[in-house]
Amino acid sequence: MPSTAFHAPDTVEDAVALLSADPTARPLGGGTDLIVQMRSGRLSPGAVVDLKRIEGMSGVRRDDEGFVIGAATPCTALKADAALVAAWPGVVEAANLIGSVQVRNRATMAGNLCNASPAADSVPALVAAGAVCVVAGPSGLREVPVEAVPVAPGKTSLASGEFVAEIRLPAKPAGGGDAYLRSTPRTEMDIAVVGAGVSLVLDGEGTCTSARIALGAVGPTVVLVEEAGAALVGTKLDDDALAAMSKAVQAASNPIDDKRGTVSYRKAMAGVLARRAVLIAASRAGAKA
Amino acid sequence: MNAPETMKQFRPKGFRHVGTRPVRPDGVDKVTGKALYSPDFKAPGMLWGAILRSPHPHARIISIDTKKAEALVGVKAVATGRDLPTLESLVMHVGEGASDIVDVSHNCLALDKVLYEGHAVVAVAATSPEIAREALGLITVEYEELPFVLGVEEALAEGAPVLHDNVFTKGVEPKPEKPSNAAMRVEMGGGDVEGALASAAATVTERYTLEPVHQGYIEPHACVASWNGDGQAQIWTSSQGHFAVRSLTASVLAMPQSDIRVTPLEIGGGFGGKTTIYLEPVAMVLSRKSGRPVRLAMTREEVFRATGPAPGAVIDVRIGADAEGTLVAAEVEFLYHSGAYTANDAGAGVSSAIGHYRIANTRVVGTEVLCNRPAAKAYRAPGAPQVNFAVESAIDELAGKLGIDPLELRLKNAAAEGDPQTSGLPWGRIGWVECLEAARAHPHWSAPLGPNQGRGIAGGYWGNYGGPSTVNVSVAEDGTITVATGSPDIGGSRASMAIMAAEVLDVPYEQVRSVVADTASIGVSMVTGGSRTTFATGMATVQAAEDVKSILCQRAARMWGVSDDQVEWRSGAVVCLEGEKQGQSMTAAAIAGRSFHSGGPIAAVAALSAKGWLPGFGVHICDTEVDPETGHVKIVRYTAIQDVGTAIHPDYVEGQMQGGAAQGIGWALNEAYIYGKNGKLDNAGFLDYRMPVASDLPMIDTVMVEVPNPAHPYGVKGVGEVPIVPPLAAVANAIHGAIGQRLRDLPMVPDRVYAALHPEG
Ligand SMILES: Cc1cc2nc3c(=O)[nH]c(=O)nc-3n(C[C@H](O)[C@H](O)[C@H](O)COP(=O)(O)OP(=O)(O)OC[C@H]3O[C@@H](n4cnc5c(N)ncnc54)[C@H](O)[C@@H]3O)c2cc1C
Repeated sequence: MPSTAFHAPDTVEDAVALLSADPTARPLGGGTDLIVQMRSGRLSPGAVVDLKRIEGMSGVRRDDEGFVIGAATPCTALKADAALVAAWPGVVEAANLIGSVQVRNRATMAGNLCNASPAADSVPALVAAGAVCVVAGPSGLREVPVEAVPVAPGKTSLASGEFVAEIRLPAKPAGGGDAYLRSTPRTEMDIAVVGAGVSLVLDGEGTCTSARIALGAVGPTVVLVEEAGAALVGTKLDDDALAAMSKAVQAASNPIDDKRGTVSYRKAMAGVLARRAVLIAASRAGAKA
Repeated sequence: MNAPETMKQFRPKGFRHVGTRPVRPDGVDKVTGKALYSPDFKAPGMLWGAILRSPHPHARIISIDTKKAEALVGVKAVATGRDLPTLESLVMHVGEGASDIVDVSHNCLALDKVLYEGHAVVAVAATSPEIAREALGLITVEYEELPFVLGVEEALAEGAPVLHDNVFTKGVEPKPEKPSNAAMRVEMGGGDVEGALASAAATVTERYTLEPVHQGYIEPHACVASWNGDGQAQIWTSSQGHFAVRSLTASVLAMPQSDIRVTPLEIGGGFGGKTTIYLEPVAMVLSRKSGRPVRLAMTREEVFRATGPAPGAVIDVRIGADAEGTLVAAEVEFLYHSGAYTANDAGAGVSSAIGHYRIANTRVVGTEVLCNRPAAKAYRAPGAPQVNFAVESAIDELAGKLGIDPLELRLKNAAAEGDPQTSGLPWGRIGWVECLEAARAHPHWSAPLGPNQGRGIAGGYWGNYGGPSTVNVSVAEDGTITVATGSPDIGGSRASMAIMAAEVLDVPYEQVRSVVADTASIGVSMVTGGSRTTFATGMATVQAAEDVKSILCQRAARMWGVSDDQVEWRSGAVVCLEGEKQGQSMTAAAIAGRSFHSGGPIAAVAALSAKGWLPGFGVHICDTEVDPETGHVKIVRYTAIQDVGTAIHPDYVEGQMQGGAAQGIGWALNEAYIYGKNGKLDNAGFLDYRMPVASDLPMIDTVMVEVPNPAHPYGVKGVGEVPIVPPLAAVANAIHGAIGQRLRDLPMVPDRVYAALHPEG
């Protein structure tokens, strides 16, 4: 019978060593994907390496550049950090759409990202926010933009022995606002048919000076739609700008037909959700937190 | 024995317990997690079973090689269909529907053919679940794949793969020459439909479709079986009827029923789906082979792949009215998914279609269609919600054409006591008109609607049932009362039985405890299904409690030395009416305390087949809000109105109404099986089989209309199934109200609604 070793190291170095020793080893965050996949027989790793005992791996810190979120921080803990909620409400909301309260008490954004599902809810919001991962591995630490982590459904760019140690978000820019919306048939406990994350900055006049728009579930990985952001920059988010943005979003969407939605519906929803998310982000930017 | 004539009369009076809302006797165990459900049960020395299931929707089994599995250390038994006895065809009626015992057997373990993906083929028992699963991987089954068919129309088409070569459409005379997938045909009605439709002022001719849906009980099927060398066996399982488990298992194994003792465990939802067996004969065979108790439990995935959905349907409706809105003719023709074996929903579908309206000319035809899906099984009002969705949608469409308010059109044509049903038999004391009037008077019906909102109304009914129940009411030495029934409690019936016994005996509710007894400890009782338990088992409870009351009176009279008619039961005690002891009273405790020396233990059994049941009617009002840009449908307000006879325990009646509405809303909006082109189910789990979650629903308001059943001592009518009937059309009609377009295919998922709103794409 196949067996799985369980390790709970105290240091990043030990975790890297354990992960390097067995190419089938998997890091464990909340386990809300990993354990489910192991139970169903989809995955049978030789070892599971729990990251939660490692110092600094759980919790949100601030540094000069912004926020540092430990990889093992459960989604509900993000809501408890008032400064993070004020700066990146869209990211916190996205992470807190995952599953149910019980799931979110365990689930992490790093796990959401490294599970590499195209429909992962926190990922488009992180990408829109310009988040960066700090990856630990056999050759030390390196920084990777969030959008460069997933490479295909279920696959990441992380090398053997590597894991995400931190997710870093910049400080909130002046006049900045973000939002994430998803479409699911049910209100909860569902997987996004489409997700749209938006982060933008408005100047004192209400003119958009920068915008990042990222989509979930419309391609094999999260899609950062630069043309959509560009369609907003320099505008006051008038109807024409929003229509151009939606068009760019739809053009960049390349979804599949599956049990969760059709191609045409997904494309249409990408445009609708992106527009709605832009308006929420803009109202937050105007609110000047 | 039937209830005596006096017992059957409804006795309206000031009730002391009936209509109160005490805590259920099983409540604390359930909320503290102590309740023992099927998958919780363990026996000493128990083995763990696992089942290898067909990966193909339709295939012939060429060979099965289990040698490697048998050789695996820890494997104690392996069983295939060959280990079950060969049976003669015999249709068994155990509850909601009938099944041929040969089909039941082949569904437990396939013999020559597999008929759906997930069909059980081989079972193993081992010393751990891991070993059992590993053993499955060592089994080789060679299949010859056959063409398969999933849809009802496709299954009837010329050249479709025929599932069974011995099925010749039942209900067709003369018997067809060729076997086909049309398993059964039922027809009812009379008059001149064509003539009446031709002269109608307005008609609606439309087709409506529904997908099969699962009952969605949270507790998966599970059992432990232990079969000894002397032939005696025990089974521990949850079900809607442990007597049905006993009779079906004994018949599949060709053994005496009294050799099997089935102990009912707490049930975590059934909704009709647990009126049959899947695992018990298999666990029994594995137990006999291994000499140890064997546990079999399904995973959620197995529940979806291998247990009964309610049939989906294709339904054609033609209905017409004169200019004043009097319905003149209706024709309903439907095809129901029967799945792998002949199911039983068509008959109930036919009688549940249009009987709630007075229509002179009718024709209702239902056909059960075999296809390569799991065998359809009863689901709450089995056969009724599908056809009701079509008819109540069509009535709405007709109201639109006539320019008549949809509630008024229903009221104008509503059947009342004495009017004929579709079968021609007259309706009894039904409360359909009362429900419509309650709907009209309800503030919901006239409340203003917001933007993008629409309101729908629909009415429906279910026949309900009576039938056999056995109840034992016994008095403990301290005068407290135990009510033992053979009816599994799936909706609060233990509380209701205790209430009814306490009402008869006029003692505190807490002085009466109610349990569900095993098959060796109480007489035969039919399944808890057909909304029969509070009615039929309740009738037996009342009768047994009345008998106990008589015994207590006789004992007291004897002790006082007076005749039986010189005592009377008052306020929970016997009172002496004449003689020296006049005015003295004796409680149950005083009498029972001395019973060992004055006539023996005090108990009474009522074993009856309850007659006089009445159907239940419901009217549901639904408000939806549709997001015009996304097609999402939100249920913003919902009111369920129902004739409940007498609500014995109103909380549990309201709970049934809310639960039925919630399930119906799920059927209407999101629930569906999604099959791949390969005939395999693609959403065998709750993540993508989308039943509503709490946040998908508003508070479901309930209005209990009480039109008592004159044939039941407390006026009971069945309440559990009616509330899943109207929601499908109520939601569809509300969506029509919100978007001005008629959707006739369920489920009304966002992309479907979106496509209707944005035909350009
Ligand atoms: C009932 C239910 C509902 C759900 N609903 C949603 C939903 O609505 N939206 C959604 O997006 N997801 C949903 N999920 C999926 C899951 O909860 C999320 O993806 C969650 O964020 C995963 O985080 P985790 O910490 O539990 O990951 P884990 O299960 O611990 O890990 C997931 C994967 O990432 C790897 N991993 C974990 N941490 C790291 C790390 N630091 N570095 C490298 N690799 C790592 C693991 O090895 C594994 O392969 C749901 C799951 C369940 C069970």
